[in-house]
Amino acid sequence: MLSSLIIVFREVIEAGLIIGIVLAATQGVPRRTLWVAYGIAGGLAGACLVAAFADKIGSLFAGNGQELFNASVLLLAVCMLTWHNVWMSGHGRQMAREMKGMGAQVSAGERSLAALAIVVGVAVLREGSEVVLFLYGNALQGGVTAAAMLAGGALGVLAGAAVSALIYFGLLAIPPGRLFDATAGLITLLAAGMAAQAVNWLQQAGFLQSLTTPVWNTSWLLPESGEGWRGILGRLLHTLVGYTDQPDPAQLIAYIAVIAAIVGLMRWEQGRRNTGSAVPKPA
Amino acid sequence: MNATRFLTGLALASVLSAPAWAGDTTLTLKDHKFTPAELHVKANQATTIQFVNNDDTAEEFDSTALKVEKVVGGHSQGNVHIRALAPGKYPFMGEYHTATAQGVVIAE
Repeated sequence: MLSSLIIVFREVIEAGLIIGIVLAATQGVPRRTLWVAYGIAGGLAGACLVAAFADKIGSLFAGNGQELFNASVLLLAVCMLTWHNVWMSGHGRQMAREMKGMGAQVSAGERSLAALAIVVGVAVLREGSEVVLFLYGNALQGGVTAAAMLAGGALGVLAGAAVSALIYFGLLAIPPGRLFDATAGLITLLAAGMAAQAVNWLQQAGFLQSLTTPVWNTSWLLPESGEGWRGILGRLLHTLVGYTDQPDPAQLIAYIAVIAAIVGLMRWEQGRRNTGSAVPKPA
Repeated sequence: MNATRFLTGLALASVLSAPAWAGDTTLTLKDHKFTPAELHVKANQATTIQFVNNDDTAEEFDSTALKVEKVVGGHSQGNVHIRALAPGKYPFMGEYHTATAQGVVIAE
């Protein structure tokens, strides 16, 4: 039971952190709970499918299907997070501040919610498929009874959900005026971290084989995975901001490029909106 | 036959063609234990490990040091691409059975 608890907890935390951030980032946007629920449900269904066809997916692309699949869904999530941030920096920011949405704004808001639902779905799918494979393997092996395994799994989900709630309410403690900047910053780092992970998956598929020598190694200080509080902290930071204890130049380039692209696009969108409206900003 | 169709066919064929399981080294998993538990590879040179899972259940070859995670189903196999490594020891494990599934890649 303990092993299923630990594995489920670890995977659920990763998806839970992303869900917590998405919920905080969409504070005040109508119908966001529904969209996030769509994302979770879609992700769970996808996780079972991916687990069921793991071998089939793996044998595609000369045996690199798994790696290319992971890289693709991560890059999709990066695009969706970028789109959300850019949209929010336009009229979404104002809408979130005034806590009201009307007509066109609501429909535009739903487009951004759909993008974030995809991000949630991808997170649940990636972590969920590992949980499904692991629990299924456990069930096949016997040894532990199904009840103990289910109990471990359920406790893992609960503990993971608690972490998700913790980051959500933690973010909500930020004053409403600052919440947008805080979540926009977190989403930018989340996207950058995902891009760096996608680069790692492409490397594992045998692509991008130059610039692979790690630039530094901080595994002695904060390991990216492992036992103990340091390992847990490292893993949390890995999910949240893409912390890697041995980043290579290709990953660092992707990380910085995504931050630069998102910040640049947000500035451009804000500038476009400011010059577009003749109404002066209230002081 | 136009070029686009030809290229599409070629791409499909390459995508769907049977994977080439040809690692430089073979790593076998049985009863949640790796054989050999110590893999020797050449330093500063990318290599491929053919990971053969002879257990009934799936296993994830997992190594933070090697920056690799690869899930391979029961009675199945997969190629693990290892980047060019500086000389040293790089531990790996089977994430689903960490108590027994432990090993190390030694680059020299």
